[in-house]
Amino acid sequence: MGSSRKTCTLSTQSYLERRICVYKACGMIHRLYNSLIGSRRAMLIYEHSKPGRCAMAQLPPVSNLPDDVPVSMRRTTPLGLPEVSELDVVRHYTNLSRKNYSIDTNFYPLGSCTMKYNPRVCHTLAMQDGFLNRHPYAPESMSQGFMRCMHELQEILAEVTGMQGGVSLAPMAGAQGELAGVAMIMAYHRHRGDAERCEIIVPDAAHGTNPASASMCGGTVREVPTKADGDIDIEALKKVLGPKTAGIMLTNPSTIGVFERHIQEIAQLVHEAGGLLYYDGANLNAILGKVRPGDMGFDAIHMNLHKTFSTPHGGGGPGAGAVGVSARLQPFLPIPMVKKHAAGTFGWVRKKDRPLSIGRLSAFAGNAGVLLRAYVYARMLGRDGLRRVAEYATLNANYLAKKLAEVGFDLAYPERRASHEFIVSVQKQKKAYGVTALDFSKALLDHDIHAPTNYFPLLVPECLLIEPTETESKDTLDHFVEVMATLLKQAEADPETFKQAPRTTPLRRLDDVKAARQLDLALHE
Amino acid sequence: MNEIPGDLKFLKSHEWARLEEDGIIRVGISDHAQGLLGDLVYVELPAVGDQIQAGSACAVVESVKAASDVYAPISGEVIEINEALNDRPEVINEDAFGAGWILAVRAGNPEELKALIDPDAYAELLESEDH
Repeated sequence: MGSSRKTCTLSTQSYLERRICVYKACGMIHRLYNSLIGSRRAMLIYEHSKPGRCAMAQLPPVSNLPDDVPVSMRRTTPLGLPEVSELDVVRHYTNLSRKNYSIDTNFYPLGSCTMKYNPRVCHTLAMQDGFLNRHPYAPESMSQGFMRCMHELQEILAEVTGMQGGVSLAPMAGAQGELAGVAMIMAYHRHRGDAERCEIIVPDAAHGTNPASASMCGGTVREVPTKADGDIDIEALKKVLGPKTAGIMLTNPSTIGVFERHIQEIAQLVHEAGGLLYYDGANLNAILGKVRPGDMGFDAIHMNLHKTFSTPHGGGGPGAGAVGVSARLQPFLPIPMVKKHAAGTFGWVRKKDRPLSIGRLSAFAGNAGVLLRAYVYARMLGRDGLRRVAEYATLNANYLAKKLAEVGFDLAYPERRASHEFIVSVQKQKKAYGVTALDFSKALLDHDIHAPTNYFPLLVPECLLIEPTETESKDTLDHFVEVMATLLKQAEADPETFKQAPRTTPLRRLDDVKAARQLDLALHE
Repeated sequence: MNEIPGDLKFLKSHEWARLEEDGIIRVGISDHAQGLLGDLVYVELPAVGDQIQAGSACAVVESVKAASDVYAPISGEVIEINEALNDRPEVINEDAFGAGWILAVRAGNPEELKALIDPDAYAELLESEDH
């Protein structure tokens, strides 16, 4: 068996229908929630509603009738909004937020992959009126400040990654960046009149998005295995390389948290076979300012600015998946980009300026607010600061790996130095006491620590993928080790009780098997 | 773990094939594989009449942990699929070598079966993976 790809489609509904579905779904989830936690239920804001109650102090100062709307078009029925006091609203939403777990409250060893600390100054600066109120259709002459920031960000990212052909900020997410990267590789081969090259090579440890992006671009996926030491099996790679090879997609450091030591040999082999190299930037955090994908021989890269460059995300976005390229792919970069005129002013690069571009990926110019935060982050840290990010992230991961090994956890690759993340396997504990990686993840929640990634990568049985990130102090890391050591003792002493965690969260263990098997998302009143 | 039945042949990637009396070859995943995957929540089956290629994906099994391709141990035409898996994918968890079969093939070349590994060699493979 091997990794698989799935696609999902959304039916098209009118906006109104979708809103109604959302409201109905809220009610359904609420009922489900009530049935699960009984008396500890949280009410919907609508259930707090009492006729006539309102917050006068919050009414807009001007409430003139809209004289310019014809009478026949005006609403005659009430809005149906909840009628609540200011204090009702404050308490309701404060209580809801307390059911949330966030990096603002506790340690989050999922790392930059999901949650890395977002410095407040980035928000403050990106939220200035001049940025917030700029309309995307504003003429270039009135957007010079914003465009200058974007131009500098393009330059900074190209420099950090060593991509000689430049960087486009257009992609709105990491997955869209991947799609753009593979689309550029395909466009390059087609432009040269090479219609045969359609195979994209992907290691078995790759992120699931890699084969998905390759398939979306019309490619065929060829998988290559990883050796026991964590490096790619080069002999197996040689066997799949050939005249059909369009390219290879690699994450370096890889998803198992080690640096691919033979990257230059791999780059040479792939280039000699006529293919190009794609760098999945998911783990860029580990090498910022230390080694550059461009120097390793990569032709295309996407960067998850919402991870590595520390912009807020989680729960679906917004992301920013800037793409960088080597010189040979420059003509294919997605638009729009920002160019600097000789006079020192800035303008948009459009289709007429770059006729071979793979085109637009969204209506405007990427997720502007996210890009601004990444710009502030990069400027604030500077060259030395970005290097320190990689150094501290790597130091923290290796410190934690060593300490966890000392208290009795097995490292999946003990002979390799960790990058910014590492893998612990509790296979031994599963055999001895029947406790699994999921049990450890759930038990951590009772200690106010978020679970690390578990069961990924699939290569390592019963694994926990732990990434502390650069911003956690030694005290926090030591506390995590202490908690993990306690859990190990509990698992040995009383596995049955251990498997009942979590006990302190608003919801305890959900039936994830039932939830996945009975994917009944339609509402039945 | 369940005993490995003696009449099966295996791929290293944990699929099994069983030659039946009428020359039909039944295909599934091993008990070890279902154990690794955990509770299955969905099985994507091919259609009857599809041609499958030895070594290529012919079905997908999805658990709460992962979705995995099932590689065909042999080439041929799919003549039957286990429709019970549509409603009860957990049958594979319960009885991977029996009621949890995935599809049946009329092989183009039954000789291909000889290239697969026998139960003893498969058991040894599991031991070595399990160190």
